[in-house]
Amino acid sequence: MTPHVLTRSLDRSATVFLVVVAGLGVLIPLSNVLLPSGSSLQVPTYLVALFGKYACYAILALSIDLIWGYCGILSLGHGAFFALGGYAMGMYLMRQIGSRGVYGNPILPDFMVFLNYPALPWYWHGFDMFWFAALMVILVPGLLAFCFGWLAFRSRVTGVYLSIITQAMTYALLLAFFRNDFGFGGNNGLTDFKDILGFNVQADGTRAALFALSCLALIVTFLICRAVVTSKLGKVLIAIRDAESRTRFLGYRVESYKLFVFTLSACMAGVAGALYVPQVGIINPSEFAPGNSIEAVIWVAVGGRGTLVGAALGAVVVNYAKTYFTSGPLAPYWLFMLGALFILVTLLLPKGIVGTFNAWRESRKATEKANAESAALEDGVGEPKPAE
Amino acid sequence: MSVMEGRTTSALLYLDGVHVSFDGFHAINNLSLTLEPGEMRAIIGPNGAGKTTMMDIITGKTKPDEGTVLFDGMTDLTRLDETHIAELGIGRKFQKPTVFESQTIEDNLLLALNVDHSVKGTLFWRGSRDESERIDRVLETIRLTDARNRLAGSLSHGQKQWLEIGMLLAQDPKLLLVDEPVAGMTDVETHQTAELLKEINKEKTVMVVEHDMTFVRELGVKVTCLHEGTVLAEGTIDQVSSNERVIEVYLGR
Repeated sequence: MTPHVLTRSLDRSATVFLVVVAGLGVLIPLSNVLLPSGSSLQVPTYLVALFGKYACYAILALSIDLIWGYCGILSLGHGAFFALGGYAMGMYLMRQIGSRGVYGNPILPDFMVFLNYPALPWYWHGFDMFWFAALMVILVPGLLAFCFGWLAFRSRVTGVYLSIITQAMTYALLLAFFRNDFGFGGNNGLTDFKDILGFNVQADGTRAALFALSCLALIVTFLICRAVVTSKLGKVLIAIRDAESRTRFLGYRVESYKLFVFTLSACMAGVAGALYVPQVGIINPSEFAPGNSIEAVIWVAVGGRGTLVGAALGAVVVNYAKTYFTSGPLAPYWLFMLGALFILVTLLLPKGIVGTFNAWRESRKATEKANAESAALEDGVGEPKPAE
Repeated sequence: MSVMEGRTTSALLYLDGVHVSFDGFHAINNLSLTLEPGEMRAIIGPNGAGKTTMMDIITGKTKPDEGTVLFDGMTDLTRLDETHIAELGIGRKFQKPTVFESQTIEDNLLLALNVDHSVKGTLFWRGSRDESERIDRVLETIRLTDARNRLAGSLSHGQKQWLEIGMLLAQDPKLLLVDEPVAGMTDVETHQTAELLKEINKEKTVMVVEHDMTFVRELGVKVTCLHEGTVLAEGTIDQVSSNERVIEVYLGR
């Protein structure tokens, strides 16, 4: 009896998921680094970076599923937490450039020299240290989510109203980060990164390592989400989702639960953003675009909300489709296809891919059990009735 | 803050001069009512008489414009929110049975148990023998032992009503507010529910809102008839049902 929080009740789909992610996280980097390029089994670097992006999206999807699928909080602004984590990492990467920038200023990033900043703004201090940046990756989104959630949940803002103000939040941040005098590179954002922890961000080995790290982060995020939803707290979250006032009348402080899970989710989104930025090489205000957050919600809906595996799967499937279609002649129609996909899933597969699969498997199991029972009765080998 | 200095009444629940209006409509009008510890009270009255609003006030869902609402003679309920009031020991069954449909019956009861309800407490919760024994006892009382692993959403209407009463029992409150417990039940189920409530009343104070007069008669307790947000009559079922005004506005001739 060792009900360790992180390994409690791993069901089959969770196990398969973990094995697959761990396997890919090891095999893809190995194949990229060890096999000669051109070999049919070698995964080219551009694909490693692409898969790394998918892994980050999968983490973002898990964070959304945790609040939406289990607690009924539909955040349409989760891209903001992702982007904030990304900016925190971007700031670290900018400070690592040092005097190798175009203007050769050892302290100020290029855009600050260009915009005549006399000195480094106070909020850029500390970002030359990786541990500090890593802390901020979690703290900044977490703190914003905590303040936002504290106000929203205490005032009992729920449902579509909450969704709308989360959209407003990410849009406000988009506008703020666009401004040159906000101190984050304005429209261009942060880019031209050179090193991460002393390794060249462009190098194959670094990319392979970043991919492996993203897979590791995906596994850890999944295990944390799973520990949360399989605990008694997870049952309370579902209770809040299904009958909020009932939960209150049982004596649960609903706003504390929402605040906890919302903040946790934002921290996870921040980590996803931080891993994303060194792999794509840029972070700019467009990451705050309201559309991004909505897209992430669609991944979760497609994969199946309330099924953690589904959220991650949905992120990969939809993004693979996006990569596929936006690189062909159908590119201009991608957003239409995405919209159509969302409508179709809502109408035909409201439980998403994994949710529908689970329901099908459950019903098959139930039929099998019923069949077995009736067969047993006919054969007369059913449990003997106890003698009175 | 919410605790008054010294006890002013022996009543477990004390409402005095309570007023509530919604956009000019006086839902509750100078309502005064007391419930002694250990008492069971039936509340009757026509639709819109303010029965459910009264429960909303007691449980903190609605704040009164005026008036006193005291629990246990000491605690001013008008200043507390739902969670706090539930923690004080007031449980409520809704008019429409409200259970957690996508969770099992056992989990519904587990959620209702009055144990540590903090975020930390539930995150690191480990079941105990005492808790599972309490759940077993409640399951037996509400006759759902065999269905314990079924989803609450798959229960019949009457069973959901019972499950919700079971959740109240698991909550182990001092005062139970039960809104229309026999709505949609068969005669047999209604009879069983009356027996169940009488059994519960041996240990707890109960307030039942119900339209079913046969059921109210079977409970055999003091009856309060509300009308237009105020008490119209109070007494035994015979006294109340022979009251001219009650017959006029509620029972009909």
